[in-house]
Amino acid sequence: MLKSSRRLALRWLPELSMAAALAILPFVFATWLGSVDLLTRILIWGIFGLGFDLLFGRTGLLSFGQGAFYGTGGFVTAYLLTGGFLTNVWLAMAIGIAAAAVFSIAVGFLALRRVGIYFAMITLAFGELSYFLENSPLARWTGGENGLPGVPAPTIQIGDLHYAFAGSWPGYQLVAGFYFFGFIFARFVVLSPVGSVLNAIRQNPQRTAALGHDVNAYKLAVFVLAAVFAGCAGALLGIFQSYMPPDAFALETSGQLVIQTVIGGAGTLIGPTVGAAIWLTLRDLLQQVPAIGDLWKFILGAVFVVLVTFMPNGVVGTIGRLAMRPRQKPESAGHIRDSGISGHDAVLAPRQAPAASGPGAAPAGFALEARAVCKSYGGIHAVEEMSLALPEGSFHAVIGPNGAGKSTFLRLLKREEPADSGQIMLQGVDITAADVTAASQHGLAKSYQINQLFSSLTVRQNLRIGALARQRGRLRLDIFRAADGFAEVEAVVAALLDELGLNACADFPVDTLAYGEKRRIELGLALASRPAVLLLDEPLAGLSPAERAGVKQLIRNLGKGRTIVLVEHDMDAVFELAERITVMHEGRKLAEGTPREISNDPLVKQAYLGGMAAS
Amino acid sequence: MPTLSQFLSQAFNGIALGSLLALIASGLSIILGTLGVLNFAHGAMFMLGAYTAFVVLSHWDSFAAALALGALVLLLVGFATERGLVRYYYARPKEDQILVTFGLGIMIVEAVRYVFGPLSQPVPLPSWGRGIVNFGFFIYPLYRVEVIGIVAVLLFAFYLLLYRTRVGLVVRAGIEDPLMVELLGTHVQRVFLFVFCLGAVAAGIAGVIYAPLAAVIPNMGEPFLVQCFVVVVIGGLGSFVGALVGGIIVGEIISLTTLFDPAYAQAAIYAVMTAVLIVRPRGLFGTMGRA
Repeated sequence: MLKSSRRLALRWLPELSMAAALAILPFVFATWLGSVDLLTRILIWGIFGLGFDLLFGRTGLLSFGQGAFYGTGGFVTAYLLTGGFLTNVWLAMAIGIAAAAVFSIAVGFLALRRVGIYFAMITLAFGELSYFLENSPLARWTGGENGLPGVPAPTIQIGDLHYAFAGSWPGYQLVAGFYFFGFIFARFVVLSPVGSVLNAIRQNPQRTAALGHDVNAYKLAVFVLAAVFAGCAGALLGIFQSYMPPDAFALETSGQLVIQTVIGGAGTLIGPTVGAAIWLTLRDLLQQVPAIGDLWKFILGAVFVVLVTFMPNGVVGTIGRLAMRPRQKPESAGHIRDSGISGHDAVLAPRQAPAASGPGAAPAGFALEARAVCKSYGGIHAVEEMSLALPEGSFHAVIGPNGAGKSTFLRLLKREEPADSGQIMLQGVDITAADVTAASQHGLAKSYQINQLFSSLTVRQNLRIGALARQRGRLRLDIFRAADGFAEVEAVVAALLDELGLNACADFPVDTLAYGEKRRIELGLALASRPAVLLLDEPLAGLSPAERAGVKQLIRNLGKGRTIVLVEHDMDAVFELAERITVMHEGRKLAEGTPREISNDPLVKQAYLGGMAAS
Repeated sequence: MPTLSQFLSQAFNGIALGSLLALIASGLSIILGTLGVLNFAHGAMFMLGAYTAFVVLSHWDSFAAALALGALVLLLVGFATERGLVRYYYARPKEDQILVTFGLGIMIVEAVRYVFGPLSQPVPLPSWGRGIVNFGFFIYPLYRVEVIGIVAVLLFAFYLLLYRTRVGLVVRAGIEDPLMVELLGTHVQRVFLFVFCLGAVAAGIAGVIYAPLAAVIPNMGEPFLVQCFVVVVIGGLGSFVGALVGGIIVGEIISLTTLFDPAYAQAAIYAVMTAVLIVRPRGLFGTMGRA
């Protein structure tokens, strides 16, 4: 009881602090600077920044075109009100924000086709496009270079009380109210499973998709969300200064947002607001200094470059990092149980895939079946006519010399790469044309040869990302749920931590752990979605003999009830674990049989020895 | 409807603008392709070249001196930027590289604004560029004809450097796979420095050539930077041919749209970029591998 109320208080502490700050700060500004207007402007940038922080700070998408949505929200609202179409300011704002959202869907659809550098370039180009559209073709409606003057302030009517948000203090109340609700909303997003997935996308989008989250859909969702915040901020700007300026669309606006976010600290929600406070206050202060007044922007640019170089977490992030005491990580990892049954078996048992139906469904004879799968790169036939049929619950190993095509074959099975020809059936469903996310949702998981973890998240959060995928499906925008609020997911995570022997370091970031521990988490991530079919790409690579024994035991313990394909160079492990073995050589199947048959096969001996002799 | 002579004269403008864009964009593109760094200060470097031309041509009617000095200034700026800043960012996220060059661009623009003032200032034409050419059915400013010629020579030299020399081979290999080039025993850091300076000089020389066509103003690089992004998206990352063709396409679109309705000139290039993104996301001459 006490614990849960304390937890609740902690959850809402930032909101309460924010409410207090919003109540006290205006008096500070009014006393020291003579007016509250500067704070209002900072908060308008802050609302703009809350959305941008979700986009850039959380998801890692650096957009240089946010001015497009800021301007759209502002100008649509201002046009509806000054053009005499609407008198209700709230309604006009809602339409303006909706317009920004619709525009962002179009831009996002195009810009999100590319990542990283291209995303920044394309968003910037679309920002410029909207600036030019506002300035000339649409000048009849937007006032072109003059903007739109005379934007009215909203009013509320409660009984006889009539209150207009016009002027300095009422303007602050309006903007602070929106900021506060925006902050609460953004906090909900961050704490929700959606926030966890966005965080995972920033750190490793490929793995997030491979675990079964629809990365592109989440990216588009957060892009639209950021545009909603931007549109809201733009509308408030026009209302607050009763004038909508055309430079809302300018690259300068988008650039200033980026700079403020980085100075304040990306990924902290309030970072952009702090950055705006620093930028706007420094600008006002520096301009008053006679000798350097004209250089204020040069100085701020230099400050920005220095901050990017030496304080990549920004002001808020750096303070937060200093405030948190580093804890001592436990020396050694925990124990992996030897064998036998465990209480976790039921929790971790394979989750049933959606029943196969429709014309594509075939009788489910095999858990996984590959039919004459081929893949070439240019003239090199990496995989040729590979066929494999795995009955439910079988343990199959694929071995072969380096370059035989084993890893490529696994990538084809997992749908990370399209096969040139052939067919792949997962539990009777044809997944040849499915994407990696769909394959995962259908119960196919893979652990990677090179660790693919979310390195700055804790072990628990890593496993949760995996478990959430199967629980919530490809895409769900359940932003009012807590990320740790799914009982079934938490049970899976707890059971996995126990089985992996990682209870002691569950709440430490993955990048502070040792390689052997990371290797177990890699396996745990694949298992977190409770897959029916598990592909293991060299799970023992790089481990010491003792660690190998541990991971082998893990595979035995957790592989129960699953169909497994193992690619591994450790022949002792292969012959110990596998029921059947396929030998690949130069992209083709050389032999297949029980371990005993394979070890006596003359062709296999020749391939291996020949390969060695040649190299 | 515009007359044929108007049309031809605008088409010529398109080639002049497009070839300049191609020169700036190829600089941006080889830096992006080889170093993996998107240089947001590229527009500011173009502007620095233009201001060098402004200073030289205002005092001395020597275009050759302006070109030489512009190249030298940008060589030094490129050298200082790569050694002093950018090289510390190779191991950092792409986003950080964008942010730091963006900040550097602001600093360069603001420094120039402080020294030369915020107003636009005209640049005298070199004496051999004054006058007009009569092509029979339309007349055209002489300097613009010469610009097309000069830029064509420069682009050809750039092509020879990239495709016919040893160092060009290393640069092109670096665009394909920098790690492999390093493993094969080439000092990649030195190649990176060379490429960054080369890209900066290309932007600077374009600035020198452009300056007499229009006045100089501190933020003149910004629209060119954005147009270069469009050129690279259309042409494809790290492709010299892509920058060339993309530059001409963008130049022609701007010029020919202006003929019908100047208001849509800028919007039209983004429409074409959108079309390329939908039909061929990697760009006309881009390969799928990087970025």
